[in-house]
Amino acid sequence: MHEANGISVPASRLARRWRLGEKFVEGWIYLAGLLAIVVLLGIIILLIKEGVPIFFDTPPWEFFFGTKWYPVSEPPTFGIMPFFIATLWVTVVATAISVPIGVACAAYLSEVAPDSVRETVKPVIELLAGFPSVVMGFIGLMLLSPLVQSAFNLDTGLAGLTAGIMLAFMSLPIIISVSEDALRAVPDEFRQASYALGANKWETIWHVCIPAALSGITAAVMLGVGRAIGETMTVLMVAGGALAVPVSPTEPMMPMTAAIASGIGNAVRGGLQYQALFAIGLILFILTLAVNLIADRVLERQKRKFQR
Amino acid sequence: MKKVWLAVGLLTGLFIVLAGCGGNQGSPTTDGDDLSGSIKIIGSNTVTPLSTVWAENFMNMHPKVSIGVSGPGSGAGIAALINGTTDICQASRTIKLKEIDEAKANGVESYEIKVASDALSVVVNPANPVSELTIAQLSAIYTGQITNWQEVGGNNAAIVVLSRDTNSGTHVFFKEHVVQMLGLASEDKNLEYGSKVLFLPSTEEGVSEVAKNPNAIFYPGLGYVTDEVKTLAIKKTADDAGVLPSVATALDGTYPIARPLLYYTNGTPDGVIKIFIDYCLSDEGQAQVTKVGYVPLK
Repeated sequence: MHEANGISVPASRLARRWRLGEKFVEGWIYLAGLLAIVVLLGIIILLIKEGVPIFFDTPPWEFFFGTKWYPVSEPPTFGIMPFFIATLWVTVVATAISVPIGVACAAYLSEVAPDSVRETVKPVIELLAGFPSVVMGFIGLMLLSPLVQSAFNLDTGLAGLTAGIMLAFMSLPIIISVSEDALRAVPDEFRQASYALGANKWETIWHVCIPAALSGITAAVMLGVGRAIGETMTVLMVAGGALAVPVSPTEPMMPMTAAIASGIGNAVRGGLQYQALFAIGLILFILTLAVNLIADRVLERQKRKFQR
Repeated sequence: MKKVWLAVGLLTGLFIVLAGCGGNQGSPTTDGDDLSGSIKIIGSNTVTPLSTVWAENFMNMHPKVSIGVSGPGSGAGIAALINGTTDICQASRTIKLKEIDEAKANGVESYEIKVASDALSVVVNPANPVSELTIAQLSAIYTGQITNWQEVGGNNAAIVVLSRDTNSGTHVFFKEHVVQMLGLASEDKNLEYGSKVLFLPSTEEGVSEVAKNPNAIFYPGLGYVTDEVKTLAIKKTADDAGVLPSVATALDGTYPIARPLLYYTNGTPDGVIKIFIDYCLSDEGQAQVTKVGYVPLK
């Protein structure tokens, strides 16, 4: 007791100093967390404040379903249907390409590849996510668009299809990375049980692992879709930027992000075009938020499924 | 942890480099220069890059002079001149009679100085047999009435129509002077770019697409034309001779889609404004015009 007391004096001082430091770090982290929320709220408020007034000039149905976008004419018309359909096409193309490749790649990495291969390939794939989108746009412009033009015999290679393919490359890393994590989270007992029943490797992957990891893979797909919807620079450079409502992905088109980027420079602050562009931004925000929320939900369910 | 230190190291390096640059720029370039004052330039979006280059060079030569350039548009610039809220109005169109009268009523005598010209070239792929077009044909192409090169004497192929996006002042100029045929008998203010027109974020991208695509057409400024594209001769009407854009044809006014780039001041300029404009018109100033992509006066 006596001895313990003698030691406890400097120890408690140390503990107090520790506690003070911890308090400081705690407060710091708390503030950082708060800042993120404040910034997010600020962005939402700004988007609503600047974007919603357009609906007093152009009624929402005309804004959403109008097919004519002439912001600098007299009088201006704001119909975002061409942009919305363009975003849809580009996202559909990107998803159709990236999901089969991404999931197959993830299945290979998690189920088939030896550890040494996985440990080198996965970081390389994740590195692909770090490519600046303007570089991807440049590659699309210089390499892919002539290829697409000659392969599909198009008038121009600057089309939604080219942009979609580029976006597929850009969302692949996230799809592969998240799907692979989901597949690896499938407990090994599942595979052992499958083998015990006489299934081969392919049957195990296709009938056991992928279904078991389906919620995680869905989340991966949603994250990839979110990336494709929100990407700007690449689609601005390679999608072509035509204002007609695109009936096929092989036409030049202008997705919503490109419409904002190409119009904001000459929009007068507080003017109708400015408000219309912010309204597009608001719609984009809602779209990506919805996609991310769904992904989050699904991922959460995946985590709970294997929790014991 | 290693990564953090790497990042810190990189940032520090960057700051040192930036600080170094700042130091070099900040050092005075002229000794004993006591020219001072401030100049406000408001007006055309098109002229803004040119005015900005001139202003930056002039401020480097005379560190005590400050020049502010803003480009809301020619109309806004002329309004500012009339209201006396700007020293120089930059414009890519001439002042209207009505505006001169308004200025006089406000005690402002508008004084016009031509500082440069701008010739918009219409370019196609070198493989395209078409070598000249009338303004009316261009208008029909850009509004989507003509969609095949055959209709203007070319191959049987769909026309890929390229344009700059609405960010560009050239977008508006081309719309007024070519699509809507301003000043021609067939002028129609209701014409708009067709829905099949590709709106591109940069002039360079349009030129590179024309270089690759045998069926594309685009309108870059003279400064952006490369050897990889073919410039078309433009005919004002079907009866006129085709004229190729060049510094000479832009200067003598025979090239139909050329326009003067103008400065307007209140009365003949004096003081620091005169010295600035003299610099713009000097050989040194005019040498910048070509670099920015416009046509110099001489």
